[in-house]
Amino acid sequence: MWSYFARRLLIGIPTLLAVVLFCFFLMRLAPGGPFDGEAPVPPEVLANLRARYHLDDPLWQQFFSYLGNLLRGDFGPSFKYKDFTVTELIAQGLPVSIENGLSAIILAILIGLPLGITATLSQNSARDYAVSGLAMIGIVIPTFVTGQLLILAFGVWLKGTPFQLPAGGWNDGAFLNRILPVTVLALPFVAYIARISRASMIEALRTNFVRTARAKGLPYRTVVLRHALKSALTPVVTFLGPATAFLLTGSMVIETIFQIPGIGRYFVQGALNRDYTLVMGVTIVGAAFVIVANLIVDMLYAVLDPKVRYE
Amino acid sequence: MTQRILDISDLNVRFATEDGEVAAVSDVSLHVNKGECLGIVGESGSGKSQTFMAVMGLLAANGKATGSARFGEIDLLKANEHTLNTVRGNRLAMVFQDPMTALTPHMRVGRQLTEVLERHRGMDTKAARAEAVAMMARVQITEPERRFAMYPHELSGGLRQRIVLAMALLCGPELVIADEPTTALDVTVQALILDLMRELKEKHGTGFVLITHDLGVVAGLADRVAVMYAGRVVENASVAEIFAAPRHPYTKGLLACTPRLTDAPTAVLPTIPGQPPNLQKLPSGCSFHPRCAAVFDRCRAERPALAEGGTLNACFLNHSVAAGGAA
Ligand SMILES: Nc1ncnc2c1ncn2[C@@H]1O[C@H](COP(=O)(O)OP(=O)(O)OP(=O)(O)O)[C@@H](O)[C@H]1O
Ligand code: SF4
Ligand SMILES: [Mg+2]
Repeated sequence: MWSYFARRLLIGIPTLLAVVLFCFFLMRLAPGGPFDGEAPVPPEVLANLRARYHLDDPLWQQFFSYLGNLLRGDFGPSFKYKDFTVTELIAQGLPVSIENGLSAIILAILIGLPLGITATLSQNSARDYAVSGLAMIGIVIPTFVTGQLLILAFGVWLKGTPFQLPAGGWNDGAFLNRILPVTVLALPFVAYIARISRASMIEALRTNFVRTARAKGLPYRTVVLRHALKSALTPVVTFLGPATAFLLTGSMVIETIFQIPGIGRYFVQGALNRDYTLVMGVTIVGAAFVIVANLIVDMLYAVLDPKVRYE
Repeated sequence: MTQRILDISDLNVRFATEDGEVAAVSDVSLHVNKGECLGIVGESGSGKSQTFMAVMGLLAANGKATGSARFGEIDLLKANEHTLNTVRGNRLAMVFQDPMTALTPHMRVGRQLTEVLERHRGMDTKAARAEAVAMMARVQITEPERRFAMYPHELSGGLRQRIVLAMALLCGPELVIADEPTTALDVTVQALILDLMRELKEKHGTGFVLITHDLGVVAGLADRVAVMYAGRVVENASVAEIFAAPRHPYTKGLLACTPRLTDAPTAVLPTIPGQPPNLQKLPSGCSFHPRCAAVFDRCRAERPALAEGGTLNACFLNHSVAAGGAA
């Protein structure tokens, strides 16, 4: 089994390389360049800048020098934040994004999973419909809408009441400042997890082995928790892998709305400014997270299903 | 002596589906006495399993059962989940048809056995383990200690089938409903398992319901046989009568389909011509009439009741000659 995971990890390397390659050329193909600021730059300055960042070298040469630096853990200098390297920016932003993302995913699991599972205990009851309905709403309303709505509610309407919350601004990650963004971040995932776990639990409750467990005279709660839950968790875990990677690497929308200095916001800034190296850096980190998350998902499969352990 | 353990009367099972109601079981009345084995035979889809799913309170969510099924002092069809759970796995056990999927894949089989004893006998882990291992040995599982710690997928179909059987027998139930309990076993093991069941029946008065396609197994263990067709019992008689003098044309057809050792190896296996009926649109009158060689006008218009006529059977041919036949 371990050799299998080692192999999976190795496969991640070419995947990551492909991401680097793809991103690198895609970025250069986009119209504009990093120095097309609001104020036009004198041509000689521009020429200097381009030379300094090796932008006039042949593309393949730029690519290989970038790749060489990357292997040494150097994401290169930022074009926009001139005093920082991309590595520094990521080192600043990533922990912030990870903290928020982790809080959001834990919150989403703690709420979504019990919601989805308990909905199945009384299928087609009012409670079940309520869960399904809420889940649907949570999925279809985009976060930039819920984000703005919550800012309006807690930052404006409830201003002056004890329920007022800081709406935007980071304040060095004070607890109160985190409540709204983490909530907004978590909401769609609460919805997805509730929906997926409800569906997979219904599926699990129909299996022959659950029937066997019921035929033993086990109380329903034991049947659900001991016999059905584990197999119902597989689809949830499948979803959680990429979802966690997505959340940990920062939400562009939410970090922008709430002015959070995470890497999601750097990504947006980077993209707007054609800050090639910054965008590349954030993308590569994101891709690495997805690869690792999928690996962890595979490991969890082995925990949930002993059959996987032997294959 | 002839104490009834299970008494099913007028059992009907209906499934609601998108394209109409499925009449899986209709007006079934059956009983099992102490120390008796009731064989249930019939083609695939004739309602054998669903009859006893209903009795166990384990119908699928879209199914509904009416009628009654008395087990000792309780009516299983009207009992609440809590009452059922004190009986199921304890005094009343069922061995399900498909051993490959009947066990929880992520639990070691040993644990799946001991939890029954912990639940109904209040045993601690150690005592339950000893008891479970002993039962595994009784159902012919070799190296029970080692297999105890295995996951279902590590066991062959035959071993899983015996695990499921061991599970049913653990608490010494008064009645065991065994749905195709020996399909995955080789002949030698099958014979030993049937011996064990016979021993339980004779020494402990355990009642058995034996659902099977294998008439050889029925001949070996059953005392009485109920033949089901399209959700109904069409003949109910002692095993001797069923094999020696079957009365219902369907039963005769079934017996004719069973290969005998005396048959020439090249002999083509006869089958009953035609298909079992669609349970959403049953034929008028006798459900068997589209396939019956002896069909006559009355069969299409009227349904024969299950009545005395040589045996208890549902065919006008027998009722017309016997006193007390259906009018
Ligand atoms: N949940 C369900 N919804 C609709 N129809 C069902 C459902 N469960 C069973 N049935 C139908 O009920 C009928 C009787 O099924 P049952 O399982 O009792 O057959 P059986 O006699 O045990 O057959 P086999 O020998 O193949 O096991 C079948 O036609 C089956 O399709
Ligand atoms: S009642 Fe008629 S159709 Fe039905 S089995 Fe008897 S003879 Fe055949
Ligand atoms: Mg069946």
